[in-house]
Amino acid sequence: MAARLAEEWFAICGGCEVTILDIGEPLIDVLKQVEIVHMPVLMDHKLFGQTGEEAEMEIPAADVGLISGGIRSEEHKKLALEMRKKCKFLIALGSCACYGGIPALANQFSTEELLEKVYRGSVTTEKNGLPCEQIPVLTDRVYAVQEVVPVDAFLPGCPTTPEMVANALLALLAGKALPVLPNKSVCDECPTRREKKAVSTLKRRLDAPEFTPGAPLSDMRCLMEQGILCLGPATRCGCGGDNGIPRCIRAYMPCEGCFGPLSEKANPMVDMMGALSSIGLDPKTIPDRAATFNRFSGAGRLRPIPAKR
Amino acid sequence: MAKTLVIQPVTRIEGHAKITIQLNDAGNVDTARVNVIELRGFERFCMGRPVEDLPRITPRICGVCPWSHHLASAKACDAVFGVEPPPAAKKLRELCNSVAFMEEHILHFYFLAGADFLLGPDAPYSVRNVIGVLQAAPEIAQRVVKVRHMCAKMLEVLAGKPIHPQAAVPGGFSKPLSADERDQLRKQAGEALELAKFSIAFAKESVFPKYLDVVKSLGVINTGFIGTVKDDGALNLYDGKLRLMTPSGTYEDFPYENYTDHIAEHIESWSYLKFPYAKQWGEGFSMDTDGPKGVYRANTLARINVCDYIDTPLAQAELEEFRQKFGRPAQLTLLYHWARLIELLYNAENAIRLLDDPEITSTETRVQVTPRAGRGVGCTEAPRGTLIHDYETDADGMVTNVNLIVGTTHNNAPINMSVTQAAKSLIKDGKYDQGVLNTVEMAIRAYDPCLSCATHRLDGKLSVKLDIFDADGKLVDTLAN
Repeated sequence: MAARLAEEWFAICGGCEVTILDIGEPLIDVLKQVEIVHMPVLMDHKLFGQTGEEAEMEIPAADVGLISGGIRSEEHKKLALEMRKKCKFLIALGSCACYGGIPALANQFSTEELLEKVYRGSVTTEKNGLPCEQIPVLTDRVYAVQEVVPVDAFLPGCPTTPEMVANALLALLAGKALPVLPNKSVCDECPTRREKKAVSTLKRRLDAPEFTPGAPLSDMRCLMEQGILCLGPATRCGCGGDNGIPRCIRAYMPCEGCFGPLSEKANPMVDMMGALSSIGLDPKTIPDRAATFNRFSGAGRLRPIPAKR
Repeated sequence: MAKTLVIQPVTRIEGHAKITIQLNDAGNVDTARVNVIELRGFERFCMGRPVEDLPRITPRICGVCPWSHHLASAKACDAVFGVEPPPAAKKLRELCNSVAFMEEHILHFYFLAGADFLLGPDAPYSVRNVIGVLQAAPEIAQRVVKVRHMCAKMLEVLAGKPIHPQAAVPGGFSKPLSADERDQLRKQAGEALELAKFSIAFAKESVFPKYLDVVKSLGVINTGFIGTVKDDGALNLYDGKLRLMTPSGTYEDFPYENYTDHIAEHIESWSYLKFPYAKQWGEGFSMDTDGPKGVYRANTLARINVCDYIDTPLAQAELEEFRQKFGRPAQLTLLYHWARLIELLYNAENAIRLLDDPEITSTETRVQVTPRAGRGVGCTEAPRGTLIHDYETDADGMVTNVNLIVGTTHNNAPINMSVTQAAKSLIKDGKYDQGVLNTVEMAIRAYDPCLSCATHRLDGKLSVKLDIFDADGKLVDTLAN
């Protein structure tokens, strides 16, 4: 019998859903083994009945549930509870569901500051009214899914990788446990040359690193040692998928931390301060430290910044 | 009896919306609205960041068209810093844009909207999706899954990461393309071109003729159009000037930096999404389906309408045939699908042209930039329409202000008008079923809306928060809840 699959998305961009399609041809095999009972991006199951006749939102029972995106509205909260109730096994898909992701950068701003921006408005916006009817109420901040309902497994990444999604689904279909997330860092999988000493002071990420185009990445000096801020030391490995090489490094760009902290208990701020100091770099020169080090993990970690006087 | 129908969520689109239809005592449609029900607030939290981080942050507005945000953002940064990227960098960026367009147009036509045409709008909802397509037309479906995935793999070669890329940087492109990589991509682009040719031939033969009645009636409205063209009027999706066309076909061209002179955004109480309109026309804003004011459309049909010609031969031949059949500007809403397939062809041809250009493998892909106080506007065509990123920075290059107008936002008013038109013509005397309601949704799908893109903003969220606080923590009563 096919396993029943339900998917919901909250404060999202859709990149993790596209990643499911990026499984490629093996996706066809996976699809043959599952029956999708709810997945707004791909199929037409409606929450209030197919003709809108029901009073309460309903998701059919499922063996596996996927949730992408952090929780940003009261409706997301309700849906997270409904997903938890109906799904035997619930997966947080992608860094937004796991840690808040980029949308949780909004957690740095108080209501007053946000209101100021609104009333000042953008250059093109008329100040002719405010949305307030037929739309759900938003929560006070962005929550990771596990802050609202218990989650059985986490697939981090912005976006996550096709390999992680495929391996998780195939394991569940075979009745096996999901692969355990490694507690190693992106640096552990990075092929660049490290000599444990910076050759430059810390620079803004404006300059190109030194590298020979076409040469193997192992010929390039570690970007951080070249003075280019890289979140690799404080970020969980795995983004490279089967290829193994971290994705941003392939483009000669530093890691931005999209796989989230090294472990549940890790503090990226502390880990990064340590990594920078150990090679002789001064973290204090970095503007915007809190939001840089917690770029993808703001759900429980970023708070409104006190207003400057 | 008067009643309210809530179709939630609108499915097989990107992001969150619902349709609220108000029926009067006779069972006919009083109002039909598309409520956009999400918000994240990028414009606020991009402020205070180093501007060079915005090409890395803003792609997260949309995981379906991350490349559009990535490139518009990089172009806005170029303008803030006052630099011109080297020619190879511009070509690499445009190549990525074309490959990303192919991936996205294939996704929309076959995976999202295709089921309505291949299986029929009335097919049971449980099979009316890509899995149903897979069973009904397995050979086509497998080929499509393969080529779409191949496009993602091409972007991985170009930039290390297909979704939420990092390679477009202020002043250029971080990763030069090697000759070996170019050869591999050239072969793959050829395969994509074959699928593009097949798709439009297949659609013209087996899909569109079957639905000609629906095409001629569903969601039909009369509006203006916006899109990007080169100096000589040719279609371009990476760079050029903006062209704003009136419903009758007259138009005005302007540099995209001047968008604030031409476009304003209206707010309605029932959607988080704003309603841009052509303020330059001086007629105000109205979504009256019989006499709209200031309403224009973006996305594929708009671009196909505003351009004078397409500078690749196969797509140009298709454009000529399209214009002969439907005129210029073509107004029928479902023609967005047809125009999408013409663009798929153009992007395949354009990718091949760029890969055949010897300069594409130059290692000069990046110039140095220095922070300064300034304003920069970056504009590209996203798959869903004209995308504008507008940044201001202080002397340290930290962001002090952001304004974003994205493709789907331009289409907010037209989508609502098309849905109103569709609902009013399909729901009569209180009679409707799931097939009818899905047909109403098809009027939305034609626009391939990306509501994640459209609702990066904060504005509505704040007003609702204001309501909460005013009510001492009590929730505002809405129809959604």
